Amino acid sequence: MATQESPPPGTSSAMRNAFGTVLSALILLLIGVLAFSIRLFSVIKYESVIHEFDPYFNYRVTQFLSKNGIYEFWNWFDDRTWYPLGRVIGGTVYPGLTLTAGTIWWALNAINIPLSVETVCVFTAPVFSAFASWATYLLTKEVKGSGAGLAAAALLAMVPSYISRSVAGSYDNEAVAIFALIFTFYLYIKTLNTGSLFYATLNALTYFYMVCSWGGYTFIINLIPMHVLLCIVTGRYSPRLYIAYAPLVVLGTLLAALVPVVGFNAVLTSEHFASFLVFIIIHVVALVYYIKGILSPKMFKVAVTLVVSIGLVVCLIVVAVLVALVASSPTGGWSGRSLSLLDPTYASKYIPIIASVSEHQPPTWPSYFMDINVLAFLVPAGIIACFSPLSDASSFVVLYIVMSVYFSGVMVRLMLVLAPAACIMSGIALSQAFDVFTASIKYQLGRSSNSKDDAEDNTSTNNAPKDDSSSGKTDKGEEVAKERSSKKGKKKEREPADKPSVKSKIAKKRALVLPLEASIVALLLLIMLGAFYVIHCVWAAAEAYSAPSIVLTSQSRDGLHVFDDFRESYAWLSHNTDVDDKVASWWDYGYQTTAMANRTVIVDNNTWNNTHIATVGTAMSSPEKAAWEIFNSLDVKYVLVVFGGLIGYPSDDINKFLWMVRIGGGVFPHIKEADYLRDGQYRIDSEATPTMLNCLMYKLSYYRFVETDGKAYDRVRRTEIGKKNFKLTHFEEVFTSHHWMVRIYKLKPQKNRIRGRAKKLKLKTSSGLDSKPAKKNPWI
Amino acid sequence: MAARIWIFAVVVVLAISLSLPSSSASPQDLQIVNAERRIDLSSHIVKAFLTLKVENIGKDPALDMLLAFPPTQIKHLAMVQALAITGKKKKKTYLPLDVKPTEQPDAPNDTGYFLVTFATPLTPGETVTLEVLYILTHSLEPFPSEITQAEAQLVYYRDSAVILSPYHIKQQTSFFKTPSTRVESFTSVDPANRAGKEIKYGPYEDRAPYSYAPVIVHFENNSPFAVVEELVREIEISHWGSLQITENYKLTHGGARHKGVFSRVDYQSRRSISGSSSFNALLAVLPPRVNSVYYRDDIGNISTSHLRPGFKKSELEFEPRYPLFGGWRATFIIGYRVPLEDYLFESPDGRRYLNFTFGCPLVETIVNKLTLKVVLPEGSKDPSAVLPFTVNQDLQVKYSYLDIVGRTVVVLQKDNVVPTHNVPFQVYYTFKPIYMLAEPFMLVSAFFFVFVASLAYVHIDLNIAKK
Repeated sequence: MATQESPPPGTSSAMRNAFGTVLSALILLLIGVLAFSIRLFSVIKYESVIHEFDPYFNYRVTQFLSKNGIYEFWNWFDDRTWYPLGRVIGGTVYPGLTLTAGTIWWALNAINIPLSVETVCVFTAPVFSAFASWATYLLTKEVKGSGAGLAAAALLAMVPSYISRSVAGSYDNEAVAIFALIFTFYLYIKTLNTGSLFYATLNALTYFYMVCSWGGYTFIINLIPMHVLLCIVTGRYSPRLYIAYAPLVVLGTLLAALVPVVGFNAVLTSEHFASFLVFIIIHVVALVYYIKGILSPKMFKVAVTLVVSIGLVVCLIVVAVLVALVASSPTGGWSGRSLSLLDPTYASKYIPIIASVSEHQPPTWPSYFMDINVLAFLVPAGIIACFSPLSDASSFVVLYIVMSVYFSGVMVRLMLVLAPAACIMSGIALSQAFDVFTASIKYQLGRSSNSKDDAEDNTSTNNAPKDDSSSGKTDKGEEVAKERSSKKGKKKEREPADKPSVKSKIAKKRALVLPLEASIVALLLLIMLGAFYVIHCVWAAAEAYSAPSIVLTSQSRDGLHVFDDFRESYAWLSHNTDVDDKVASWWDYGYQTTAMANRTVIVDNNTWNNTHIATVGTAMSSPEKAAWEIFNSLDVKYVLVVFGGLIGYPSDDINKFLWMVRIGGGVFPHIKEADYLRDGQYRIDSEATPTMLNCLMYKLSYYRFVETDGKAYDRVRRTEIGKKNFKLTHFEEVFTSHHWMVRIYKLKPQKNRIRGRAKKLKLKTSSGLDSKPAKKNPWI
Repeated sequence: MAARIWIFAVVVVLAISLSLPSSSASPQDLQIVNAERRIDLSSHIVKAFLTLKVENIGKDPALDMLLAFPPTQIKHLAMVQALAITGKKKKKTYLPLDVKPTEQPDAPNDTGYFLVTFATPLTPGETVTLEVLYILTHSLEPFPSEITQAEAQLVYYRDSAVILSPYHIKQQTSFFKTPSTRVESFTSVDPANRAGKEIKYGPYEDRAPYSYAPVIVHFENNSPFAVVEELVREIEISHWGSLQITENYKLTHGGARHKGVFSRVDYQSRRSISGSSSFNALLAVLPPRVNSVYYRDDIGNISTSHLRPGFKKSELEFEPRYPLFGGWRATFIIGYRVPLEDYLFESPDGRRYLNFTFGCPLVETIVNKLTLKVVLPEGSKDPSAVLPFTVNQDLQVKYSYLDIVGRTVVVLQKDNVVPTHNVPFQVYYTFKPIYMLAEPFMLVSAFFFVFVASLAYVHIDLNIAKK
């Protein structure tokens, strides 16, 4: 609540305050509505359905949770996946998202609103993006005032990078995690600004929620220590910093260890060590400040030399122990994904399974423009604005943006972490620019009517114009204005900037007045920039990021054409195969098969067992007989392949096939990538290698393909295939979807291998007894 | 409450079935002068039209007569209807007669009986002409029972060449109409012959009561064997102006089981010979003025459907996700909304009643188990359903949007339903319109309290120490 409890100085300003509060509450509400509704394009254009791959798993877990309750959920051993290994779901998922949606579903049903679990799951992400934009408002308000907060919230409500992960139906961890991330940062800054232990406790709780929600919590537990260290190094240590940090580490680590998937990792893995190190440092610093307070300067000097010499020895021992511990584990205690963050080439060198996922690739420049658009240009201005004046809070957001820019450059998925930072920075930049320009306009208009003092009163920011002599010089643009204000505002003011500024302070400030025309033009340009951003965001939400990817559409002359092949075949599997049949496919389709077809799969998108995936990869790259043996040993009854050659769907299994070969070859050396390549080129036409043309994936994809058009022209690879007429000996086609996108094959039953022996037996029995029972069962 | 109604229904049925046979005329009193039977085998619903000319040869007036069915048919019998024809050719009038299942103490070989009550008692020497329609489901047995994609579906139909009857039949003929000219074989009972799509048995003269001559007809039938294993229709009445209908289907292909390979290339390029017994298009006849129609299943919307609205009826053409071959299953949900004023009326005694169609909207479909739930608005009382045939009735309570006491649900359940069951039924209940305002009032007061609470929070100083 922003209303002040002390009696306001004047009734008119009180009215204005109240009006401002109501207005910003209204704007925030509208921002929330905007954030929610811009994500509904997917429901309007397509349908209310879960998207992509991982959300299907989350949906399935939520269904289980809502059906069986929380205790069953923690103990859930899922035997429908990773056959025959199974998977302990309760201990290997981040439960935040499913618990959130499950709670919402439960609460709605408790007041007799009969929404299905699916509906709740579909709309969780849009609801939480509204929360996230409100959290952004709070965070930015702590940094630079409510004007900047509103601008940042509005920008975040529609930033394409976040939309891509939170459209209705995109039921993924990131949807709630971004809210948790921003809210944790807000509470950290709030604690830092107020020094209140209440907020520090809340901060630990939201950190706990973040740990529950997403593996990206390590970003928080590394960023906050870095900021604390930065504050200490720059001499900004204060008791508030201690309160903001120490409870977070202690409580946060204890709470994080409660989450089964994290457990003792919260104290054992290297990702968390930075926080403990800084925890020690901040105590040392606090002790030093305390001692400094009670000792005379001379005594203090002596104490320092004593402590430093002893401390160094202790530190060396501790560091040595730590290094030894870390070095003893094979990856140095770092998980593969984290290592590829530090060394971008790590994954492609050592872990093909991480490198094979497109969202783990480094982004390209166009993807920056696509995902954060004009924010990329506003961010530098925002950083400059943060230095004028530099407070603890603004230094934190500067650190946040620097770190997130680095991480987004490593992995395209982490663009999502950059987006809030970019929005905050751009919000600050926009708000400051608007302040300068509107203040200039107001001042220029006021000067023309000779009411200088009024103009001063009316400005609610610290950029009040005073001196008109400098106005002629400062017409270069906003950057110049920012630098000036940063120079003069070096005072360490920690108060949120939106507090009504004191007149005396204004008087000291040098003026930042621009000519009237320049201000108006600049304002119009800024509005245009904003308009471009809005247009781009709406376009991105409507066109680029709303496709659910399980339904494809194409616009042809005679209207919209829908390709619903995935669900067609999942529905077929679910209704026309036995409930315990095992279905083998490449791991991409594992989650969808278990969720939509309710059949046991061999591997799925939770790529926890490389050998198992390599086995499936090997089977797909082997000739038919060997593949049949591998699949039969895994008890597989059906093999599912995705084939886009008929309609030109590019992300099909033939295009993913080299990864199967690589991952398979990584474990089973008889599969060699070179055997599938002709002169280093991957091809399936007549130039392809015989290994390629005889492997199972090729055969299952192109079986009887030649009969469709007579030439077997593959529309994805844009070539005629190499081997057109062939028969399957160990597999039989049981289902092919309408556009041939999914083809399901059944393993043929084992032939009677001992025909000769059976004959002998028959002869033996027929000599003694009647031959009829022997015919039915040769083993009698 | 629900149990009591059910028990009452059982008692009534028992009373009827026990009391009526005593009044029926003994088999010696009636004889059938002429009988003609036409059995339509062109779809998987077997329809038999029986024209009987009945004469009273006894001394007492006859109130009713018996129809007999062999035990193999009695369990597949979906419905029996009888009409009395009066008047000559041009001025024929049809009078529906009361038909009830009944038991006979001396029934040979578990024969099942239906009792037809004449409109006016048949005086000695008088004759009456009856039209009887009976419908059999699941009576075509696929043989071979498993076929591949390229084969056509052949089925057996078993019946008797002569009509099973407790009465003496002087002259009778039976016609079996097959869907195509391809008839593999049929049992010959002289005189029997086949011409085109029709097999004629008879005429047979002077057959004694309970004569039986089993015949098997083996013929091709590629009509869609669409069987809904279970259909749950939920009709939700909202007095705010609409009727929301949700229908849950469990569809299966009831014909010969599909064997081995399903090849899409054969199915797409050689449609005429490949998968001729499969079906992938269905037609549902929905009420006129239907709106907000959706067609989906557990995993989302199904995009292959087309609605043709009309003044007398709307037609929804739709395809399951994949073509259905023998033994394949599919589930889906159809939902739609119709305006309330077309179906909800007020009866003279002040009660309201819903007048809606029973049965399944899909054409040419058998429903093995139909559950129809009528969800009455919250606060309605004394529900009662009126149907032209017997169904299991039950009452449930359902909680929907912000309900407190819950909504009364009238559950009507019937097995073996065919399109002929699509007749209107009524559900009567009393309802006070004031209940309509309960939920808006709850919402308004909830918001009011939120604002009051926030007002109080802002204005009350909860600090212990003065600042």
